Amino acid sequence: MTTLPIDNTIEDPLHRPPLVLNHDNFTSVTEEICHVNESPKPPMAWYVTLGIAGALAGMLGVLIMYLIVTGVGVWGNQNPVMWGFPIVNFVFWVGIGHAGTLISAILFLFRQRWRTAINRFAEAMTIFAVICAGMFPGIHIGRVWVAYWLFPIPNQMDMWPQFRSPLLWDVFAVGTYFTVSLLFWYVGMIPDLATLRDRASNRIKAIAYGFFSLGWRGSTRHWHRYERAYLLLAALATPLVLSVHSVVSFDFAVAQLPGWHTTIFPPYFVAGAIFGGFAMVMTLAIPARELWGLKNFITMRHLENMNKIILLTGSIVGYAYAMEFFIAWYSAAPYEGFAFINRASGQHWWAYAIMITCNVVAPQLFWSKRLRTNLWVMFVVVMMVNIGMWFERFVIVLSLEQDFLPSSWAYFKPTWVDLGMLAGSFGLFLTLFLLFIRYLPVIAIAEVKAIMPEANPHPHGHGAGHGPDHGVGDTEVDA
Amino acid sequence: MSAAPTTAPARTRRTVTPDSTRLWGLMAEFDSPEAIFTAAERTRDAGYRWWDCCTPFPVHGLDKAMGIKPTILPILVFFAGATGVVIGILLQWFTNGTSFDVWALVWVRGYDYIISGKPMSSVPAWAPVIFELMVLFAALTTVGLMLLLNGLPRLYHPTLKSARFARATNDRFFLVVEARDPRFSLAKTEAFLNDLNPLSLERLEA
Repeated sequence: MTTLPIDNTIEDPLHRPPLVLNHDNFTSVTEEICHVNESPKPPMAWYVTLGIAGALAGMLGVLIMYLIVTGVGVWGNQNPVMWGFPIVNFVFWVGIGHAGTLISAILFLFRQRWRTAINRFAEAMTIFAVICAGMFPGIHIGRVWVAYWLFPIPNQMDMWPQFRSPLLWDVFAVGTYFTVSLLFWYVGMIPDLATLRDRASNRIKAIAYGFFSLGWRGSTRHWHRYERAYLLLAALATPLVLSVHSVVSFDFAVAQLPGWHTTIFPPYFVAGAIFGGFAMVMTLAIPARELWGLKNFITMRHLENMNKIILLTGSIVGYAYAMEFFIAWYSAAPYEGFAFINRASGQHWWAYAIMITCNVVAPQLFWSKRLRTNLWVMFVVVMMVNIGMWFERFVIVLSLEQDFLPSSWAYFKPTWVDLGMLAGSFGLFLTLFLLFIRYLPVIAIAEVKAIMPEANPHPHGHGAGHGPDHGVGDTEVDA
Repeated sequence: MSAAPTTAPARTRRTVTPDSTRLWGLMAEFDSPEAIFTAAERTRDAGYRWWDCCTPFPVHGLDKAMGIKPTILPILVFFAGATGVVIGILLQWFTNGTSFDVWALVWVRGYDYIISGKPMSSVPAWAPVIFELMVLFAALTTVGLMLLLNGLPRLYHPTLKSARFARATNDRFFLVVEARDPRFSLAKTEAFLNDLNPLSLERLEA
């Protein structure tokens, strides 16, 4: 898989930049993408990472057992920081998921055709991130064995959830989000699973891929309903993804606490979620395209576009940080003012400093085209954003530290269980992701073919504006 | 052919020449979106009804060229979303705002209680759950009905028995005319399909 030095990041309004490099037929596209699943052995790095990630995920399992057997006292949570790490991790992971839905749904509605190369594994990332997220409230409720009380299940106790609480809205928002993301991911994968089924080299693979591809045969009558269903799912997932992190922000904003009770929270949380999520997509995409030779599909243009979104959302987040301070001063509420000054200069000033450096300052490097097309620079920046976005949630949750009663003020210290569970959640996430790369189609094969110029059924003119270098589509725009 | 051919490995698939009693249809193979597009237009104009094009990706405009009517799916999904809204309202009103008995697998009673001085039926606070249930119902219906209307999941289909057809999910484009079509006649349809210059022409057994 040689990569010729084609620079598709050049902006030329007269020509659409190629989104698939070094391929002029569908056969080679299938071969190259399926090679990830069909090569006899994955790269050594896959085994090493899977070993480490699997060990961390196992540790997470052990720690959860320890927590259930012992009680939530094993965490650093204390009065008044009742929420501590579990909610920080929950908001962090659920935010990560948002980039996947943005890429799969919102960019689809906006006809951003570059999304096709990255949507599949961004969606996978969403699912795995939401699994990690959902786990934390699940084990935080204290009595894990009555977790089903979260759902309105008919019961003889006549006991119902309290529907006027944002925490319950969260159950519905995250539950729906996980279900819809899973459907979106799976529906998109059906044609590609059929491709793997038809190429299967042994009976086990043929049966497994055959089962999950549901007998897909690429009928145009099926494609017609399939495309319509895909559009409907995108239209449903778009407001859904905006609602999910808004509802997560209500967990804080509806509470009457200085530093939390602000109307800016929903948009600021959504922007932050997309920001952090794109950073995680990049964190996974940069090594994956190197290891599996997917540079012809995940091109520099794709990475550059994602960096531009990181720059935009990072700047929105920076604006929100500034606006919070402004409103705290402008409202003239002394408690609000104290909460913010305490955030920046109180005992956890260092967390605030990390947050500002990583989330606001670091992405500004992407104003320079040379820096945002340099793999090392972008990898360092997105790693910083990952760290910064975790600390953002840490800073917000630790507003609890100095509450209205100075006698209960203390310094929040996480325990080794807190830190172990955070590391363990990364292990779980990576384990699932590595298994996905190896066993499922990592790039949307059918979709990538459809955006190649060769997919145009009228290559030799058919009205103005259609030339040989144009792909299918009426009003599609490339970014 | 034993077992479910959808799951049969490509190498065990064989090309069969069925006798006319077991003939399911004819399958012509093409190698470009352009070729299948032209072939589809001519098949439509020839008046066939039970026919199909199988392609590795949705060829733009091919559904219109084949004369496929727009699907009813969006309308059904609208009603599914509306159902979600109604259920969201009823669920929250019953559980938090009333105190009468209803049979829901067991006899249950609503529990009306006041939170922070809000009315029993505080509709604004219900909005998030109503919205989420609307999306959930609509999304599940979209996928469920898409598969149902497409006749999937399906363990067996005559085309999937063909060795050539394995490339329908890779790089080849197939046009299939079924024997049950009123205009189908083995000799004439075969001649018609041959006239479209396919890469190959195959008889499929049911």
